[in-house]
Formats: sequence, C-alpha cells, structure tokens
Amino acid sequence: MSVEKRVLFRSRWLPWLLLAPQVIVISVFFFWPAGQALLQSLQQQDAFGMSTEFVGLDNFRNLFGDESYLASFKITALFSVLVAVCGLAVALLLAVMADRVIKGAMVYKTLLIWPYAVAPAVAGVLWLFMFAPSIGVVSYTLQAMGLDWNHLLNSKHALTLIVVAAVWKQISYNFLFFLAGLQSIPKSLIEAAAIDGAGPARRFWTIVFPLLSPTTFFLLVINVVYAFFDTFAIVDATTHGGPGKDTAILVYKVYYDGFKALDLGGSAAQSVVLMVVVVALTVLQFRFVEKKVQY
Amino acid sequence: MVERRPALTLLAHLTLIIGVLIVAFPVYLTFVASTQTAEQIAQSRPLSLIPGDHMLETWKLALFGGETSAGSKIPPALPMLKISLISALVISIGKIAISLLSAFAIVYFRFPLKQFFFWAIFVTLMLPVEVRIGPTYQVVADLGLLNSYAGLTVPLIASATATFLFRQFFMTVPDELVEAARMDGAAPMRFFKDVLLPLSKTSIAALFVIQFIYGWNQYLWPLLVTTEETMYPVVMGIKRLVGGESYTEWNVVMATALLAMIPPALIVVLMQKWFVKGLVDTEK
Repeated sequence: MSVEKRVLFRSRWLPWLLLAPQVIVISVFFFWPAGQALLQSLQQQDAFGMSTEFVGLDNFRNLFGDESYLASFKITALFSVLVAVCGLAVALLLAVMADRVIKGAMVYKTLLIWPYAVAPAVAGVLWLFMFAPSIGVVSYTLQAMGLDWNHLLNSKHALTLIVVAAVWKQISYNFLFFLAGLQSIPKSLIEAAAIDGAGPARRFWTIVFPLLSPTTFFLLVINVVYAFFDTFAIVDATTHGGPGKDTAILVYKVYYDGFKALDLGGSAAQSVVLMVVVVALTVLQFRFVEKKVQY
Repeated sequence: MVERRPALTLLAHLTLIIGVLIVAFPVYLTFVASTQTAEQIAQSRPLSLIPGDHMLETWKLALFGGETSAGSKIPPALPMLKISLISALVISIGKIAISLLSAFAIVYFRFPLKQFFFWAIFVTLMLPVEVRIGPTYQVVADLGLLNSYAGLTVPLIASATATFLFRQFFMTVPDELVEAARMDGAAPMRFFKDVLLPLSKTSIAALFVIQFIYGWNQYLWPLLVTTEETMYPVVMGIKRLVGGESYTEWNVVMATALLAMIPPALIVVLMQKWFVKGLVDTEK
C-alpha cells in the first residue's frame, strides 16, 4: 500500500486543493452523519423532539429485546441466503453452458447482461405485475395449477416474489464473473483430464468447480451485500414489508422506523448494527482479495 | 472444445435459449401491457401475450401525462426523465472528476496527513447511504438542499472505488513521463491534463458506464430528499403510479417502466466492452 512514486511534484498547497472536493463531501455527508448516528443511538428523544436525553445502551437493549427486530434479522438472513444461492446456481449453469458453445456466444452474452441496467425498483414493479393476484400472468398460471397465489396475504408467497425479482436482477452480474472465471481456467488441465477418461460432469466437479471457488466465494459476499442493502427498492415497490412485517428486511426497517414511525433513537441504533454488518462483510471481502493474489 | 459431443452442445444451446427467454420474458410482457388499455389488462384473464393496438396512445399518455378514460390523472414522464438524466450525469461525471483529482494528489505529491486522507476515503466504502439515512437526510435538510439537484447528487458523489481505481492506474504510469514533463518545465496541472487524462481514457469510459447506471437507478435517496413531484426522478415516479388508493393504470405504469429502463440498458448494450471492464475493475 505504501509504494510511492520516485518522482513527485512539489507544491505546498496544490495537493490540498486537489483533495478538497472529495474531503468536503466525505466529511459533510459521510463522517458527520455516521457520527450523528452513533451519538443518536445512545440518546432518546421525546415524541416532539423537544428534549433529548442520554440513555447509554438502552436503545440497543430494546432493539435486541424486540421480537420484530429479531424477526427482521431472521428474514434478512433467509432472504440473502436464498438470493445468493439461487442467483449463483442459475448464473453458474448459464455460464458453464455459455463457456461451452462457440457459435453465438457473444449473442447470448449480450442477451443475458442487460438486466444489470434495470433499476431494482423497476424490477420489482415488473415482477409485481406478473405475480399480481388478480391480473398477473404467472399468478394465473399458478392458480390454474391449483396453487392459490396471493402475496398480499401469504408471507411465503411474498418472500418468493422478492427473491425472484432480486435474483433476476442479479443474474447478469454473477454470469459475467463466472464466465470470466471459467475462461481463465487453463484448457490444458481439462484436456489432460479428458485424456484420462473423465467425462464432462466429472471434469466439472473435480477440476472446474474447485478452481472456480475464489470467484464463487467473492460472488457470495457480493450477493449477500446486494441482498442486504440494494434490495430496499424491490421490497418497497412490491410488498412494502408485508404481509404484516414478514418481508421487512433490516434496511426497510431502518427506513420505516426512522421516517414513518419517527423513532430516531431506535432507527439510529439499527443503523449502527448495519454498519457493523457492512464492516464485517467488507473485511471478509478484502481477506479474500488477498488470497486471490496468492492464488 | 475438448471433445465433440453434439448432444451436449445442443443441450448447452437449449439451456441458454431458455435462460435468455426467462430473463427477457418480464420485459416482453411489460411491452405487451403497454400496448393495451387498462381495461383490457384488468379484465382479460390471462393477459394476451400478443401486443395490442393501443401503443401510441399509452406511450403518449406516459410521456406527456393527461387524464385517462377512468379519470385518473397521469403525471408526465418527460420531466422525470430529464431529472434522472441530469442527476445520473452529475453523479457519474462528478464522481470521476473528484476521484481523478484526489488520486492525482495522493500519487504525485508528498504532503502531511496523506495516509490519513487515503484511509479516510477508504473507510467510506463501509458507510453506504443505507446505514446512515436518517442523519444524512438531516444534514441535507439543514443545508436547505431538499428538492434540489444538489441534494439529489452531491451526497452520492464521493467514491472510494473510483479513487482506488485511478490510484492503481496512476501507479502503473512510467516515472519517465513525469521526469520528461518536469524537464520541459510543465506544471503539475499541465501534466495532469496533457498526459494523465489521455492515458486514463479507457478507465474513465468504463467507470462512466457503471456510475451512470448507479446514478440513474437511485431510489432510496431520492425517496428521502424529494418531496415535490417536480423533482421526482423517473425510477421513483413509477412507484407513485402503482398502488395508492386509486386504481392502477397498468398500461401506463408499464410504458413508464420501459422508458425508465431504455436509457441505462442502451448504455450497457452499446458500451458493452467498457461496461464489462468497469464491472471487473471496480470490484478489485
């Protein structure tokens, strides 16, 4: 990290001037608010915002004593595992197939990457339309098959809806990284195994899949981060956290408690918990990047 | 190809075609819905999968607004598209500009607290807007930036990833170029403009694609800082069309959804090379 250029420019004021815009933005909009969140998480405001008192770790104690918060944690965990596993499985299947074909590979790639450009909120609206109980095409098919689809009443259905929308949006990202990973595996290894008589399935599980594990692990972390933080728009556009609070993931709850229920202390404490989650995930990701360099 | 297995190749093509169809189906359906009337969508079960003949009037209604036959008022999407475009451009160009400048300062100068600033920028990676929405909103409100372009864009302009990317790139630029520039008596900013910027062109293009999409697709932040309909970006505007107590005009919603999708999708497809490079670079 501390490698430096041999030749440098000399100026007393220029570097400060160059850094100023970035430093001003991060101080005003990142560090100051983050500090405020930490401070507010230790305070309790009355309903009219007239007085503030220092309450120590009470907000956190309330938070972890609150059934609905623990439930939200569980939902978020389940949601991110489902999004990561389904998204990775589908994308890996498509990438393996795209790695195999020669004719039309570019066409397939182009046709699979564009959902990256679709906003999560728009993806949510698209899938909401297909699953809407009274007008949707998919819900109609399901109802014809005897499954009474209604994500407004059934929380399993609601969870399925947000998982499907979130996975759909993320497939292109996973696909591109898996394809790049597959293409970097030396062909000679696979040829050697083929000469030894290993069939395609066996080659995949004993050579390709293990060699792909750095990519898989990296994508796993990225997908969990995505499911935790970038899917707010999907939830807000489709289920509004309902039915009840059954799809209120953590970020949705921070928003709801802070901006709708106006519980500033509780919302700030939730923010702090989320910061801890991000820090943990970032550390995990960087540990992995170091490993990849040695690889 | 290691061996010839026509059956497997066929299977690969089949899987890919099914994958492409599943991925494209929601968008096709969106298009079909935007060519029908709201009554047709509400009453026909299941929805016809063949485009209807009401495309022009629906799209006109979505773009320019107006009143539907059912009497609901549709806000025009055109001004919302303008807001999305301006915000996405300001966010992407702003991020690239301030990251280029700070990377230049960090790589080419020696000054006190350099490491401190470097790490301060790094730490912002761990503070996404989702974990500090309340207090950041407070700051923007106190500065009087609610319902303004500045409020929509400036808080999203800092970028640790872009700063890193340019730092990494500048480190690979040969020292001889700086020596030559100094021998010719070129000032630092001259070197930046005439040597570094042209060399960074591909990185800038790659980052632009990623950041433009990031800016265009923002949802949570505009939801907080805009309260006036005249400042809604299109991604947020769609959600306002859905639900509420009034009857949802699905055909207009779907036309608006397509309008919101087309600009970023075009950028991804037309700038595919830079898009892929941008994705891979920003995640290193």
